[in-house]
Amino acid sequence: MQPSAPTLPVERSGRRTGGPRFLQTETGKGWLTISPPLLYAVLLLIGPIIVIITHSFWTQDYLTIDRTFTLDNYKAALTEPIYRDLLLRSLFVSVTVAFVTVILAYPVAWFVSFHGGRYKGLWLFIITVPFWSGYLLRILSWKVILGYKGVLNSGLLYLGVIAEPLNWLIYNVNAVIITLAHSWAAFAILPLFVSLEKLDRSLLEAAADLGDGPVRRFLRVTLPLTMPGIIAALLIVMIPTVGDYVTPRLVGGKDGVMIANAIQVQFGKASNWPLGAALAVSTMIIVSLVAGAIVLMLLGLKRLFK
Amino acid sequence: MKLLPSPRRVLSTYVILYVAILYFPVLLLPVFSFNDSATPMLPLAGFTLKWYQGLSGNAAMLGAAWNSLIVGVSAAFLSTVLGICAARAITRHRFRGLGAASSLIMAPLILPEIIIAISLLVVLLGLGLELSLVTVILGHLLICVPYSVTVLVSGFEGFDPSMEEASRDLGETAFGTLRRVTLPMLAPSIVSSLLVTFTISLDEFILAFFLSGTEPTLPVYIWGQLRFAAKLPNVLALGSILIAASLVLLTAAELFRRRAERKMELRP
Repeated sequence: MQPSAPTLPVERSGRRTGGPRFLQTETGKGWLTISPPLLYAVLLLIGPIIVIITHSFWTQDYLTIDRTFTLDNYKAALTEPIYRDLLLRSLFVSVTVAFVTVILAYPVAWFVSFHGGRYKGLWLFIITVPFWSGYLLRILSWKVILGYKGVLNSGLLYLGVIAEPLNWLIYNVNAVIITLAHSWAAFAILPLFVSLEKLDRSLLEAAADLGDGPVRRFLRVTLPLTMPGIIAALLIVMIPTVGDYVTPRLVGGKDGVMIANAIQVQFGKASNWPLGAALAVSTMIIVSLVAGAIVLMLLGLKRLFK
Repeated sequence: MKLLPSPRRVLSTYVILYVAILYFPVLLLPVFSFNDSATPMLPLAGFTLKWYQGLSGNAAMLGAAWNSLIVGVSAAFLSTVLGICAARAITRHRFRGLGAASSLIMAPLILPEIIIAISLLVVLLGLGLELSLVTVILGHLLICVPYSVTVLVSGFEGFDPSMEEASRDLGETAFGTLRRVTLPMLAPSIVSSLLVTFTISLDEFILAFFLSGTEPTLPVYIWGQLRFAAKLPNVLALGSILIAASLVLLTAAELFRRRAERKMELRP
């Protein structure tokens, strides 16, 4: 703590003196500055996730937790048909939603980046606003639209297009996919837009000058160069949606239940925390593996086109 | 000559259609909140304000609104303070581990919320804490900080670090520099961060649902009301007010962000 000779000039210029010398270095100052939010994330995110992982190796008997190591929860999570089906369905839903979202969003990101002109910021704002407001209400709105006595059915009945309400609009996997794809549409635009902005326009001109048509140019220049954005957009949609709780509850019905609903039951009514923890950890590991596989596949595809 | 519309035309039409579909469900709720019918169906039955009138004097809803306000204001202030630290480190310091540290801080943006919610729930209950608005604020901070960092990083990039150095060289203390140079320069970004994080907190459901105990926030209150079909029109009215409030807050945040950007353009 004693100010040693080299710190004296610093003292004269009125800066903070004393303290471990580490804190006077660039690295030390950096760590000191970032430490409050970093400590917060370590204590309230990493810590709790480690606790959840530990719980997944324990067992619960009514209210007491047995802390002997066991893999039974994982065995149940991965082999019991009900959980296996929910996991597979959640993966199917999140992968489908991610691809649908990215494919539908790509032309929009392209439009904003290439034709947005002065209004790029305004376009991005208009497109992302629905994403920032009313998560629960947007899903409720789809329930109102797709319901048996909902807006779509009553509208079509009124117009005489159908004679009886369609019963396949809501309470199935499709309703979940439509609702989630709508909910996350805006989020996918951002990484796509960023990667399109980084794309060097002269490369497109060069490809055109060298005789590539629009389709070839897109496949050989634009698509490979914006692949990082496509991958980011896929992951940014896929990983959060695999654990969506509200959408399956409101529009999924019996056939649209997803893994988050089973996790919630274990932490609520069923009160089997270790099993719920194992379901959560399994979901994260499996979705990471699937995400990794998709990234490798897309990178392979990119090399193929080049 | 032209048999097909130009590709540009097709693209513009697609984008307009896309935005229309994006907004359709958001705008549908307000339409039916003014509709004189107990179930949201077509054709529309006529204009009424009774679903909004039904909200006034509803003590449970007002309580939930008050809770949301407390949580939102606390989460906005605290996450902006944490966001300033992170954004400053990201823009002003280069050090080993910065990448890892900042991805850890940004991680809640991409994790499924249910994972964050149950992990926090287990730890908080394990520590013997009662679920309350404080636990909701703790959870909301995790997801608000990344948004705050995003807004504030562009704020820090917007002004010249040499201004802070000048202030220090002219004899200001570190705190004086922060108060008299850094914070005023950052003001528009800070306001934008406060508004955005308040809106995120106001809108957030999953963490509040798991961590709120007996004091619901507005989205948790709405979730409870969904069990009663007869309450649906009132929920639509309340939801419309919430959406309108979010739109106003986000538009204000965007205006402040642009102001920060304009400041940046003035830079020599």
